[in-house]
Amino acid sequence: MLASVLVANRGEIARRVIRACRALGIRAIAVHSEADAGWPHVADADQAVAIGPAPARESYLNIERILAAARESGARAVHPGYGFLSENWRFAKACEEAGLVFVGPPWGVIQQMGDKVAARRRMREAGVPVVPGSDGALDTLEAAAAVGGTVGYPLMLKAAAGGGGIGMVRVADAGALPAAWTAAQRRAQAAFGSGALFVERYMTEPRHVEVQVFGDAQGQVVHLHERECSIQRRHQKLVEESPAPGLDPALKARLVAAAVAGARAVGYVNAGTMEFIVQGGEFYFLEMNTRLQVEHPVTEEVTGLDIVQAQLQVAGGAPLPWKQEDIVQRGAAIECRVYAEDPAKGFMPSPGTITRLALPQGPGVRLESGVAEGVQVSVHYDPLLAKLVTRGDTREQAIARMTTALESFVVEGVGTVIPFHRRVLASAAFRAGRVHTQMVEQGAFNA
Amino acid sequence: MPEDVKAHITGVVFQITSKAGDTVAEGDPVIVLESMKMEIPVEAPRAGVVREIKVAEGQTVQEGDTVAVID
Repeated sequence: MLASVLVANRGEIARRVIRACRALGIRAIAVHSEADAGWPHVADADQAVAIGPAPARESYLNIERILAAARESGARAVHPGYGFLSENWRFAKACEEAGLVFVGPPWGVIQQMGDKVAARRRMREAGVPVVPGSDGALDTLEAAAAVGGTVGYPLMLKAAAGGGGIGMVRVADAGALPAAWTAAQRRAQAAFGSGALFVERYMTEPRHVEVQVFGDAQGQVVHLHERECSIQRRHQKLVEESPAPGLDPALKARLVAAAVAGARAVGYVNAGTMEFIVQGGEFYFLEMNTRLQVEHPVTEEVTGLDIVQAQLQVAGGAPLPWKQEDIVQRGAAIECRVYAEDPAKGFMPSPGTITRLALPQGPGVRLESGVAEGVQVSVHYDPLLAKLVTRGDTREQAIARMTTALESFVVEGVGTVIPFHRRVLASAAFRAGRVHTQMVEQGAFNA
Repeated sequence: MPEDVKAHITGVVFQITSKAGDTVAEGDPVIVLESMKMEIPVEAPRAGVVREIKVAEGQTVQEGDTVAVID
């Protein structure tokens, strides 16, 4: 077992990891920027180390400063959370070279799955279906046009080195390709330092369904069932749930089998997520997230398992604490991400100081909050304040509990997406489980 | 008549996309702000010529601050 873990993150996920450390008797060390000295994750930890100014590249994204904090505090391991350095293979490698245990997969796996084109190829070789598109990164407009002629329009241009929906451009028809190609290449170059693009068929109104996988160093790989994450804005998730409502059992069986096969093929260790899009009775691999996922609590709620504790145990060299047959999905769970954004203004950021905070509670209600009254929600970081999760014996019960919990959730001082969530939960389409990834942009939940 | 270009959100100046003397059309980005991991352009409220850019890259601006002046 690990004796001490440095949590290289902030906000709700830092608190979540610290809580798991506590449960296992592991000393937890927080890091914080100058802007976050008064934040709850700092108070929660056994020790906290200041790592620099507010801008993330000078603190939470600064590998040297994180490693220095680990040395200074005597940490034996580093948990990266999500975002920041969590999928940076150079960071994972630097941890290993510094004699620290990286709580996540081996750096070579992060590197391999971080290259979206290589990942796609690797998954296809492992028998996992991928979205029809180019075999690899394309360098020229002519090559893209040739692929477009085969897979058909509309299509998507994606940055080979990208993720999180950044740099993706939809192309309606062949005539729009030249301008879109130039724009996508420029964005990819600016965001990721590489203008390499690949082409994929654009799916109309698909669902986003993902599978939580978990591997150990002994070679066991299991799945913890699926999550439905179709309600998104700017390709980022707002509402997640497990199970995926109305998913055909035969399709689900194929989906989880493919996810495990894919993870096994790359020698996956620790927690990861295989993301798929589902359309018309078929599923296609999208990407693998080689880290703890924001929405992991819905899986914990329906399986009764603690994914973060298991991450720490497996990172310490222990075998997975569960066998596949022990991992049962019971009831239903929903998560609403509470972002400091104004849904009435196209989900624009809403930084500021939280002047009042009233958190819902009750049976089947779980809160993962990173904030407290008086904290300054900074322009420098992701706008996620908290995650509200409800569980029920049935999906209807989880929805009813979420509806009630959202009514009593009060945040003042910054705008939040809570009013949006209330409309989602009240909508006939959501209640019927008829969801797809383009609903928010189509205005399905507008006031 | 000169007109102030004001930031509509609080953020950090990510990029200055125009300079004094540039001709801009209504809706052209004058600067780009970064806030909460999003890049948000601040657009020219009308067509004109940029007289002055009043901010520098990396500077924090509050909602309502003047970031540029257009003639």
